[in-house]
Amino acid sequence: MTTTTLKPETAGQVTDAVRWALSAGEPLELVGAGSRRGLGRPVQAAHALDLSGLTGVVAYEPEELVLTALAGTPMAEIRALLAGRGQHLAFEPPDIETGTGGTLGGLVASGLAGPRRISAGSARDHTLGIAGVSGRGEAYKGGGKVVKNVTGYDLPKLMAGSFGTLTALTEITVKVLPAPEDTATLLLFGLDDPTAIDALGEALRSPYEVSGAAHLPAGIAARSGVPALARAGGAVTLVRLEGFGPSVAARVAMLRPELRADAVIGREESLAAWREVRDAAWFAGVGADGPLPNPPPPSSPSTASAGEGRGGGSGDGHLWKLSVPPAAGPATVAIIRRTLDVEVVYDWGGGLVWLAAPPDSGPAIRAALTVGGHATLVRAPEAARAAAEVFQPLPGPLMALSRRVKDSFDPNGILNPGRMYAGL
Amino acid sequence: MKMPVPDGGIIARRREIVEALRAIVPGEGVIVDENELRAYECDGLTAYRQLPMVAVLPSTVEQVSRILKTCKAMGVKVVPRGAGTSLSGGALPLADGVLLGMGKFKRIIEIDYANRCAVVQPGVTNLGISNAVAHEGFYYAPDPSSQIACTIGGNIAENSGGVHCLKYGLTTNNVLGLEMVLMDGTVLRLGGRHLDAGGYDLMGIVTGSEGLLGVVTEVTVRILKKPATARAVLLGFPTSEQGGDCVAAIIAAGIIPGGMEMMDRPAIHAAEAFVHAGYPLDVEALLIVELDGPAAEVDHLIERVEGIARDKGACYARVSTSEEERLAFWAGRKAAFPAVGRISPDYYCMDGTIPRKALPLVLQRMQEMSERCGLRVANVFHAGDGNLHPLILYDANKPGELEAAEAFGNDILRLCVEVGGVLTGEHGVGVEKRDLMTDQFDEADLQQQQRLKCAFDPDGLLNPGKVFPTLHRCAELGRLHVHQGELRFPDIPRF
Repeated sequence: MTTTTLKPETAGQVTDAVRWALSAGEPLELVGAGSRRGLGRPVQAAHALDLSGLTGVVAYEPEELVLTALAGTPMAEIRALLAGRGQHLAFEPPDIETGTGGTLGGLVASGLAGPRRISAGSARDHTLGIAGVSGRGEAYKGGGKVVKNVTGYDLPKLMAGSFGTLTALTEITVKVLPAPEDTATLLLFGLDDPTAIDALGEALRSPYEVSGAAHLPAGIAARSGVPALARAGGAVTLVRLEGFGPSVAARVAMLRPELRADAVIGREESLAAWREVRDAAWFAGVGADGPLPNPPPPSSPSTASAGEGRGGGSGDGHLWKLSVPPAAGPATVAIIRRTLDVEVVYDWGGGLVWLAAPPDSGPAIRAALTVGGHATLVRAPEAARAAAEVFQPLPGPLMALSRRVKDSFDPNGILNPGRMYAGL
Repeated sequence: MKMPVPDGGIIARRREIVEALRAIVPGEGVIVDENELRAYECDGLTAYRQLPMVAVLPSTVEQVSRILKTCKAMGVKVVPRGAGTSLSGGALPLADGVLLGMGKFKRIIEIDYANRCAVVQPGVTNLGISNAVAHEGFYYAPDPSSQIACTIGGNIAENSGGVHCLKYGLTTNNVLGLEMVLMDGTVLRLGGRHLDAGGYDLMGIVTGSEGLLGVVTEVTVRILKKPATARAVLLGFPTSEQGGDCVAAIIAAGIIPGGMEMMDRPAIHAAEAFVHAGYPLDVEALLIVELDGPAAEVDHLIERVEGIARDKGACYARVSTSEEERLAFWAGRKAAFPAVGRISPDYYCMDGTIPRKALPLVLQRMQEMSERCGLRVANVFHAGDGNLHPLILYDANKPGELEAAEAFGNDILRLCVEVGGVLTGEHGVGVEKRDLMTDQFDEADLQQQQRLKCAFDPDGLLNPGKVFPTLHRCAELGRLHVHQGELRFPDIPRF
């Protein structure tokens, strides 16, 4: 429903734009590259604030392990810059939407992380400093530009995963780390879900610094683009080891017999396999609003093509992401399967469950979270996202506090209203 | 340093307040005797002392909730306290406030190896968690030097670090879940045994909030398997600049050591005289680099670090060949504070972080300041992450020296900010650095942080006088000035 797009080129113009919206009483939808527009609930706003004009790396000091960039800087640019110095964002940002990587601001605002979440943390753990404009139209900053800092409240953490509902970010400082020199993956074939998650737990309880622990049930493994997985002829369980060459070799040699692994794949195949895991690539078509890739140009008026479910191979399913205590992954799925026909993939040692489910499955999925955790509707047509609880409904007191937090940044609901929860 | 002016009206109601607390926590859990209250008059920042109006030591979450609710209803301020090891005065009591001691929450609730986490009460010590899981080969990674005494609840409040945090993270990166009580008595659970928040990352804000947002009553932390091997290299350099270059080169080579510490000449000499660690005395900078992991990795990296150190002009290098030798290398560093305590009647420990490249400049300017004010300074430095701990040597019995040491310390922290760093890397702002916050943050930055506090504690009753130099009423902070039509047509490209 966007009718106009404001595209500031400076942080000062972002302040002007928010102040204008505030005085006009007009909410803004915050957009970077638009690649993650399908995450969260649709924002009811007539105006978009396009932050992709705020672009450029402000400072990159590999030896200080920090990078500062304007929020609209394309991730492709940042990735290339870091790769040139053998570094990366250790939380393995996924490209579950379009493959373009979007912008740094969009990545932080969505609070995403890939398979390395279990060892390296998430976007929140790597966001060191922010500058931005609150919904009050005030420019402010939080955090710092050094890797260790406890001065004042850790506002960068709050911004990670707040989906632009608190602040229009203009500049972000992230922690960057050396990229691993080598990587290898142990494969275990033919395990059922509970046995596989037990094996992953054993790997994660070892001292070998496992940095990826995923399980692909048979139907998923068969669809993999990595020959070693597709040819396995059944379920494949993956355990990743990364680091310096001699270290990876030594850990593979020690862990392989302990886990009774069936095969080992080397660097290139490992990278390809974990890209698939990172992006939940097998579910690319599930819940898509239209043919993928589907990046709505940020400045184009988006005409809602609601609820048509023209996705790829999986019909009109929706894609969910569950975060649960890792050992509870298979039991959670078993409960869900009592009432729903779902397809799943496990990552984070069982703690992350990607789940392709029929429409309107939210209540049944959430009822299965008996030992804690949360479920997010990651991909579904716009009408479905408008009607469903996309993010985990919060208990009353926690929701009340979340509203007060929102009000402390954006009392008039100018920034991305309703993107996370109705009325927030 | 001024604390909020005590409210005479509250102090006059002391009896009534004590009765209300006794109705919640029976018997010895409410402390009013002056001699007994002495135990709470200061924390690790001993230069500041204040007796609380009354201390209360609850033992259940329900009691904590009722205490806070009651205090809110009566308009009474509350200062939460763990083990009282804060180095920034985070637990400094208020003359018109209730001191809420969490020492009775000492139980380890559950160790869940399947989910690789431990659920504990906030009064369990940092080391107590590691000890409880050690028989299975696990540990809790953040290791502040006070880890024998400091509690996990205090670690949450301060977002504590330690020598291993470059590789393993601060407290905030190792906490999975919290139960906490708000000032109005509401009990909330954030996170759990799973990763990430369903909504806003409120746990990320509460961790490091210095007891201003809520009182933590239960903590879930992740536990890690101990690395198979750890070895350390001791490296000496003719100049601190070369030492700093070596640190940068190690990181540029893609190596993130488990620990990487630097000491300057005065700190080396004090430590060596105290524990006889075998440190070289003819160097200006000493580096301890610890590599941990599988033996094959450690051996490989030790060789690479030695090579880098040679290239960067190291004049001394020794690799630990046994566990005793590795511990001896660390013994000097870990005893650096008491060692400095032996060569000076008093010392004042600072805690700024700087971009590492600024180290030579900062050390030189610090030396100039030291000469100007006539107080010596010894430096220990978490070199990997740029966190400096200058120790200012002074004698509190000499008139004016404490004030001179504080002024020197403030100048050092301003210098840290000036070169692009921050006021505190791990000790917290507390009362100590409160009035320097305006050097790092603008008024708008501080007001936004205070608005966030209002969302948790609208009456400003929880630990006031800490962190923020100026207290504002929430109503005043929340006022929104919207000027209709002022920006009718902002000058921004539009489509």
